[in-house]
Amino acid sequence: MNAVIDVAESTETRQTTKTHDTVASLSDITKRYSNGVVALDGLSLDLRRGEVVALLGPNGAGKSTAVKLMMGLSTPTSGSVRIFGADPRNAAARIRTGVMLQVGRAPEMLRVREHLTVFRGYYPNPMPYADIVKAAGLEGIEDRMFGQISGGQKQRVLFAISLAGDPDLIFLDEPTVGLDIEARRGMWAEIRSLAARGKTVLLTTHYLEEADSLAHRIVVINKGRVVCEGTPAEVKSIGAGLSTPSGNVTGDVKIIRCTTTLTGKHLLAMPGVSTVELYGKTTVITSTQPESTLREMLALDQQLHSLEVQSPALEDAFLALTADRS
Amino acid sequence: MSTTALSLPSAPTNGLLRNLRIFAREARFEFVRLLRTRTFSLSVIGFPVMLYTLFGLLMNRGESLEGIAVAKYTLGSYAVFGLVGAALFGIGVGMAADFSAGWLELKRASPMPPLAYLLAKCCTAMAFGAIIVSLLTVLGIAFGHVHLTLDEYARMIAFTLTGAIPFASLGLVIALLVPLNSAPGIANLIYLPMSFCSGLWMPFKFLPHSIKVIAPFLPTYHLSQLMLGSLGAPMVGTTASHWSGLFGFTLLMLGIAWIAFRRREQNS
Repeated sequence: MNAVIDVAESTETRQTTKTHDTVASLSDITKRYSNGVVALDGLSLDLRRGEVVALLGPNGAGKSTAVKLMMGLSTPTSGSVRIFGADPRNAAARIRTGVMLQVGRAPEMLRVREHLTVFRGYYPNPMPYADIVKAAGLEGIEDRMFGQISGGQKQRVLFAISLAGDPDLIFLDEPTVGLDIEARRGMWAEIRSLAARGKTVLLTTHYLEEADSLAHRIVVINKGRVVCEGTPAEVKSIGAGLSTPSGNVTGDVKIIRCTTTLTGKHLLAMPGVSTVELYGKTTVITSTQPESTLREMLALDQQLHSLEVQSPALEDAFLALTADRS
Repeated sequence: MSTTALSLPSAPTNGLLRNLRIFAREARFEFVRLLRTRTFSLSVIGFPVMLYTLFGLLMNRGESLEGIAVAKYTLGSYAVFGLVGAALFGIGVGMAADFSAGWLELKRASPMPPLAYLLAKCCTAMAFGAIIVSLLTVLGIAFGHVHLTLDEYARMIAFTLTGAIPFASLGLVIALLVPLNSAPGIANLIYLPMSFCSGLWMPFKFLPHSIKVIAPFLPTYHLSQLMLGSLGAPMVGTTASHWSGLFGFTLLMLGIAWIAFRRREQNS
């Protein structure tokens, strides 16, 4: 038993030193389509071993182009793409990656089991069949035709396909679309356990909650460029306008909502307050020192009521970061 | 010590064997999938069977045509008609579906050898062609008093297998150029007039002169002449000219497919 663990550990250390922890990288990528549209404009992105990275951005930001480049389905106009130090179109690199794409239609007259058999067959060392079925929660539908299962079940089969080769790098494009809450939590748990086993996961999603709870790192892109990058907490703070993307973030940003007679000018002068907005009767204040701000507000305004204190939501950050300022 | 490191670099012979196994699995499931898709299997097999039964067996009163029995002559032409349908619809429409929905992208992102995919599609078309030709042969022998030597049957099957290649290439072009919604329509628009103009429905010598002039540009014409010639009917043109016609058509289609594929690549 101990011996087995030792072998696994030594293999891991070796891999780590060999790849210097960087599993995949996009360096200074520009992608211009033949119709003149520039999808990516000087984008750089590194994926490290064992991390879950969420790629966020509005529709048309260049997310799927970035993912396609990493899967070797497309080539950049300039810049370089490396997967495990090799070209992504290299067969050796493909054997170590798994992909889940939004597929409109898959062959419907094949059974779930048959789809998995086909994809497992592409890899020299596939993940054991039973493990895939368990990880993707396909127990009981293995013998159903793909065309006869529900949308959420199809989504889980596509997830299973991405795991077929027991890959070290997994691309998941909107993995939980159409899943019910229970199935979504199940897939999240599975993605976390993949990362815990040293696998790298790149996730694109429209569910900000998903990025918030799963990702070690969030990369927000817009118009083909990285707008900001950091842990979920960092991204939220940056989005709240309290720090420049390069600056240090305290991580203690709060949004205070209340009904108060204090004027905006007065509030802005208080310690830590960075923005004040008035929506009807409600004043919304962002503060980096929420405790002192609140103490002062409560002391000055005895009539203050309807008080709420919140952490900034990723959604607000996302909207702020990708807003069209031009 | 470390099994992962040892098994990663596989020997070339090992790789070939592995690719063969991937191809065999791909072909098996492609065949099973199409067989289960009733709209495909019933129409692609049923259409030539129905037409042969009607025109080759029921409406035929023991006449002969160009020195061979009508039941045998029409067996040859409907065999070609059947295998062309299997290739055009199986590959043209089937691959258009794979292209349109991102399924092929998923497969291409995997370590699947692209050739395994293409050959699996082609071999499935051949298998359907062989099934159709065998069914027609059984019908002809049982109900049309067709006398067919084993040698003649073997040659029909050989023509079916090789003849599927040019039409598989045409199917590939359809899949690459035509969106899924219109693929079945376009396939029919090519399939039916091409069959008529090559004498698959009406013997070639009864066709009007203007059509006879076009026929040498149609692969169905060349294949049907080879097929009928092997069954004992007098052949229009030489064997070599028909083979080169089929070969040239295949090259042309593969060339167009290559250009279309490259254009797709650059736009993705």
